Amino acid sequence: MALDDRKSEFNFVGTRPDRPDGLDKVTGRARFGADAYAPGMLYGAILRSPHAHARIVKIDASKAEALKDVKAVVTRADFADVPFKPGLEGEFWSVLENVMAGEKALYDGHAVAAVAATSALAARDALKLIEVEYEVLPHVTDVDKAMAPDAPVIREGAADYSVPEGMHPNVVRYHESGHGDVEAGFAEADLILEDSFVTEATHQGYIEPHACLGSLGSDGKGELWCCTQGHWYAQKYCATLLGIETAQLRVTASEIGGGFGGKTTVFIEPVALALSRKANRPVKIVMSRSEVFRATGPTSSASMDIKIGMKKDGTITAAEGIFRLQGGAFPGAPGDMTAMCAFAPYNLTNVRQVGYDVLANRPKQAAYRAPGAPMGAFAVESVLDELCKKLGLDPVDVRLKNAAHEGTKASYGPTYERIGLVETLEAAKAHPHYSAPLKPGQGRGISCGFWFNHGGETSVSLALSEDGSAQVMVGTPDIGGSRASMALMAAEVLGIPYENIRVTVADTATLGYNDVSHGSRVTYASGLATIKAARNAVERLCERAAAKWGIPVDAVKWENGCAVPSGPNAGDFDPMPLADITADMGATGGPISGHFEATPEGAGVSFGTHIVDAEVDPETGKTAITRYTVIQDAGKAIHPTYVEGQYQGGAAQGIGWALNEEYIYGEDGRLQNSIFLDYRIPVASDLPMIDTVIVEVPNPGHPFGVRGVGETGIVPPLAAIANAVSNAAGVRMKRLPMSPPRILAALKDNG
Amino acid sequence: MVEVHLWSGLRSLTGGQQVVEVQATTTGELLRELVRAHPQLQAPIDAGVSIAIDGRVIASGLTEPIPEGSEIYLMQRLRGG
Repeated sequence: MALDDRKSEFNFVGTRPDRPDGLDKVTGRARFGADAYAPGMLYGAILRSPHAHARIVKIDASKAEALKDVKAVVTRADFADVPFKPGLEGEFWSVLENVMAGEKALYDGHAVAAVAATSALAARDALKLIEVEYEVLPHVTDVDKAMAPDAPVIREGAADYSVPEGMHPNVVRYHESGHGDVEAGFAEADLILEDSFVTEATHQGYIEPHACLGSLGSDGKGELWCCTQGHWYAQKYCATLLGIETAQLRVTASEIGGGFGGKTTVFIEPVALALSRKANRPVKIVMSRSEVFRATGPTSSASMDIKIGMKKDGTITAAEGIFRLQGGAFPGAPGDMTAMCAFAPYNLTNVRQVGYDVLANRPKQAAYRAPGAPMGAFAVESVLDELCKKLGLDPVDVRLKNAAHEGTKASYGPTYERIGLVETLEAAKAHPHYSAPLKPGQGRGISCGFWFNHGGETSVSLALSEDGSAQVMVGTPDIGGSRASMALMAAEVLGIPYENIRVTVADTATLGYNDVSHGSRVTYASGLATIKAARNAVERLCERAAAKWGIPVDAVKWENGCAVPSGPNAGDFDPMPLADITADMGATGGPISGHFEATPEGAGVSFGTHIVDAEVDPETGKTAITRYTVIQDAGKAIHPTYVEGQYQGGAAQGIGWALNEEYIYGEDGRLQNSIFLDYRIPVASDLPMIDTVIVEVPNPGHPFGVRGVGETGIVPPLAAIANAVSNAAGVRMKRLPMSPPRILAALKDNG
Repeated sequence: MVEVHLWSGLRSLTGGQQVVEVQATTTGELLRELVRAHPQLQAPIDAGVSIAIDGRVIASGLTEPIPEGSEIYLMQRLRGG
C-alpha cells in the first residue's frame, strides 16, 4: 500500500531488523523503574486521602517520626512555596498541589504525607501512625453534575479568561470554534439527527507502575532515576517543586513498561527527592497498582451532544458538537482538543464546536494517546453511522464523499496540506474485510479518526567510533521502538549497517533539552534530528576525505557509506569507506560527531480508518470482537513492524475502553475498582488478530516523509466498535463502556 | 499586512472581530502585534497558542517566517500523549 514513490531510494528505512533492546527485554537484563538500588537506600510510602473532598485541618506525624526505622516524614510544608520563580505558576502550581495536597484533599487517593523508612514494610506501617484530621466537604465526580448550579465548588477562581459569565466556578476553560452558518446548513438538510453520548474515564493501563529512586543532598545537588516519558520534564518540575536549580538535578530515564501519555508528568519523583533531602539518604518509591489507579492520571470522562444534518445523497450540510470533559480537580481536561478533532476528518461548510474543561473530585487527568480525541470521535461517528443507516447509504461512501483532503478548510480553521484520509478510506473500501459476509448476530462498524501530532524541542548527538561504528544519543525515552527507528534513519544517512549503530537514551546531564516522548513526536522529531545529526557528521567525513585527496570539499559527496568524488572532474579516487576515515580521525582533525538542536515545526497531521466486526450475545450482553482492521497513514513507515504494533496497540486499548474499562466511583466519591481484577483490560484471549494496512502519504515536513503514528490509532476504535456493536445489537449504544449490563439494559429498553 | 483568523471563542476579547489584520513577518512579531491591537488577547496567548501558516501548525516557535499573503490561524496550544 506504499503510495510513496520515494520508497525505492531507501536502503535501510522500511526494513524490519530485530529490535536492539530485544535481548535485554526477554532475558530480564533491561532495568525498569523499580530495578535501581543505592547504598543506604530507604523506602518511601505515601499516605493518601480516603476522602474525595476534605479540608486538611491538622497532620500529626509525631508517632511515625518516633519509630527508629523511620528516617523522614514530609508534608506539603517540605516543598517550595508558591508563587515560584517568575513564570512558574499555573501548571507548576497544579502539579505541586497534585503531588502533595495543600489545604484540601481534592480526590480519593490524593497524597497528604509521605514517609521514608529502612524497609518498604516499615514505611507502610508508619503511614498508619500519621494522624490526619479532615473536615469532609461535599464532593462531585460526574461532569454534568459538576457543572450544575448546586455543585460544590472545588477551587474558587480557577476559571480563566475564556469562560463565559454565569457558568459554575467548576467550569475553568471554554473553547468555541468553527466556520460557516450552522443554522443555515441545518435548514438545507434532508435529515437532521441530534443525540447525546457519555464516556467514562479510563486508565492507560501501562503494566509498569511508576517507580523512582531519588537522592538529594543539602547542597542542592541531586540524582533521580525514574520511569518516565520525559526526564527533562521531570528535571524541570522536580527542581521547581523542591526549589533547587534545574541543572543541579541529573535525571536518568529507566526502561519504560508502557506510558501512553500517563508518564508525561511527575507524581512520586518530587516526593522521593523531598524525603531524601530530609533523611540525607537515597529514597526509592514504587507505586502499587491501586495507587496507580487512584492517584496517577486517567483520561477525562465526557458528556457530549452532537447534531448533524445530511442531504439524501450523503452530503453533510452542517455539524455541531458540545463536548464537556472533566479532568479531575485541576484545569487541563482537553475539551478544546476534543472539539478541534471531532469533525476534523470532514470537509464541512458549516461547523461549530464547543469544549468545556470542568473540575471534579477525581485525580488530575493525564494524556492517553491523542488526549480528548477518542471520545469526540465516538459521539460524531455514531451519529454519522445512524444517518447512513436512516438514509440507506454506505458508511464508507458517505465518509469518502465528505472526506477532508489537501485544500480543505479544517473544522478547526486552517487549510490542510497534503493529507492521507481519502487514501485510508479507499483502502478500507478495497479491503476484503469490508466486503466479507457477516454471520447472524454480528455487526460491522467503521470510523475515521484524526490527530494533530507534534514536534517539540529536540536534541540529538551522534558520535563516530574509530572502527566506523556509530553511537546516537537521543533524549526521548523509547516507548514505541524508537531506538530501532533512529538506528535505521542514521544507517540510511551514514550508509553503515543498522547493527553497527547503538542508540542510547541519554540522561539530562549528557545531552541538550528534549521535550517529552508524547504527541507522536519521537519518530518525527528525534528522527529528523537524527537524520540532521548524521548529515552533520557526513559533512565532517567529506571534509576529511577531501583533505586526504587534496581536493576541495565541494568536490566530494557521500554515497553508500563512502566518500566519493562528486564528478569526473573532481579527480580519480577510489571510494573511501567511513571506517577508513574514522580510523585515523584523531590525527586528521579530531573526533567526528554530528549534532542537532532545534524545535522541528512540521509534524503533519494524521488520519486513520478502522473496520470492526462484533458479535453480541443477546442473553448475556457479552461482546466479542471477531475481526478488526486498522488502516492509517504513517507518512513513511521507518520500521513497519513497530508501526503495525502501534496500530494494533491502539485497537487493543480501544477495545478495552469501548467494552469494559471504566472508573467506577461510589456515592462516597471513592474509586471502587482500583485493581486489575476489577478494572478489566483486554487480555490476549479477548482479542482477534488485528490486521493492519500502512498507508504512506509522505509528510512534507520530514526528510523521509514521517508522520507520527502513536496516537491516531486510539481515535477511531471507540466509535468503530460502538457502531459494530450497535449494528449487531440492533440498538444504538450511547454510553461507554458497552459492558454486558449496559448492553442488556439497552436490549431490554429496545423491547 | 497579514490577516490572522482567531478561533470564535476569542471574539469576546476583540470586540467581535474574528479576523485581525497585523503587520508581522515572524510568528513572534505576530503575537506581539495581536496584543498591541487587542490587549485582552494577552491571556489566551499566555495560556498557550499555536499558529498555523498555510496549514502547517507551528506549535510554539516564535521565529518562523510569515510569507506575505499566507493564511494564518491562531489555535490553542496542542497537547499530546
